[in-house]
Amino acid sequence: MGRIIAGIGTSHVPSIGGAFDRGKSGTPAWKPLFDAYVPVREWLTRLKPDIVIMVYNDHGADFFFDKYPTFAVGCADSYAIADEGFGVRPLPPIRGDLEFSQHLCRSLVYDEFDITVCQEMRVEHGFLVPMHLCFEHAPDWPVAAVPVEVNVLQHPLPTARRCLKLGQAIARAVQSCERDVRVAIVGTGGMSHQLTGEQFGEMHPQEDQDFLDRIERDPESLAGLTHEQMMRKYGVEGIELIMWLVMRGALSDRARRVHRNYYAPMTTGMGLVTFEEQA
Amino acid sequence: MSSVQLRPGAKIADSHVFDLGMSWRGYRINKMCNALSQAPERAAFKADEEAFMSRFGLSEEEKNLVRARDFSGLLAAGGNIYFLIKLGVVTGNGLYAMGAKMRGESYEQFLATRNDSGAT
Repeated sequence: MGRIIAGIGTSHVPSIGGAFDRGKSGTPAWKPLFDAYVPVREWLTRLKPDIVIMVYNDHGADFFFDKYPTFAVGCADSYAIADEGFGVRPLPPIRGDLEFSQHLCRSLVYDEFDITVCQEMRVEHGFLVPMHLCFEHAPDWPVAAVPVEVNVLQHPLPTARRCLKLGQAIARAVQSCERDVRVAIVGTGGMSHQLTGEQFGEMHPQEDQDFLDRIERDPESLAGLTHEQMMRKYGVEGIELIMWLVMRGALSDRARRVHRNYYAPMTTGMGLVTFEEQA
Repeated sequence: MSSVQLRPGAKIADSHVFDLGMSWRGYRINKMCNALSQAPERAAFKADEEAFMSRFGLSEEEKNLVRARDFSGLLAAGGNIYFLIKLGVVTGNGLYAMGAKMRGESYEQFLATRNDSGAT
């Protein structure tokens, strides 16, 4: 039987990827961010997940508005690194787990989540930044991955509650998997940011800290927020935080919080929280 | 019964929200920017910007916004920020430079408002 062993909420800001590729992880400006992930990687090395379900959004690297799925799930044995407009990052390609993905897709659709099944997917910073923050990858990734892509760009978006319920359905899918797979799930994006208009760059650190409290102790209170309420709290682009609710929905009430970090240097609140299920 | 998640036309901190109306309006702009995810298309844009814009059927007004590197105007015309960033890359306008303009500040003024501008 499959088991979810860990959940992680993390920002996926593209500049983190740029800093990583340019070897700036240890600079004073970036250290408070990168240092927080060192114990997370050690913890994940101990936990040894076989599969990571990465809940992220594409930013125009692979999906376009000609056809725009609300939820899309990767169903392939590998995923290429996308070019987002500034070249392909030097990272190993992502290994998939075809059999598990096919089970997940079947289970979600029969559980009444009418996802888009993707047999080719190119992944970008929304997916890749959390991957290299959480996992060592030289020479290769230690874990297979399943990309779960969420529309957070073109309103109407899935509601916060729908995202929580998707997480619950993912948990049921993992539990009904015949293989003894150990699964970690990552909800990515945010935290507060606003990338358009006169308020460009505005962050809301107090709201972000409150979100970190609630995602741990009272996710239900977040699931009840409308998009408009969330965007007033976290900025227009901060609506990405609905994806953390997918992760939280996949965890049981007994999951225990392990790590927490927050850093807001430039234009986006960069948050991190991890949870571990009790054995 | 569906809940109201976003009142039609609601603005957040003076910004429009990218919804179906905006996406329809800005479709040609976004489609052009989307092509810039590929290196040969970036080269084609740099080689002949006018031909590139025509290929994607931009109106004269839309072309003028691109020619002027008017990113606020492009947003108002239905451009999506994540797609406009690709246009920023090929025209040498980074996100923070765009943002400073949206705030009515110089790039240096904008950086001075940040907690640690080394984190770029």
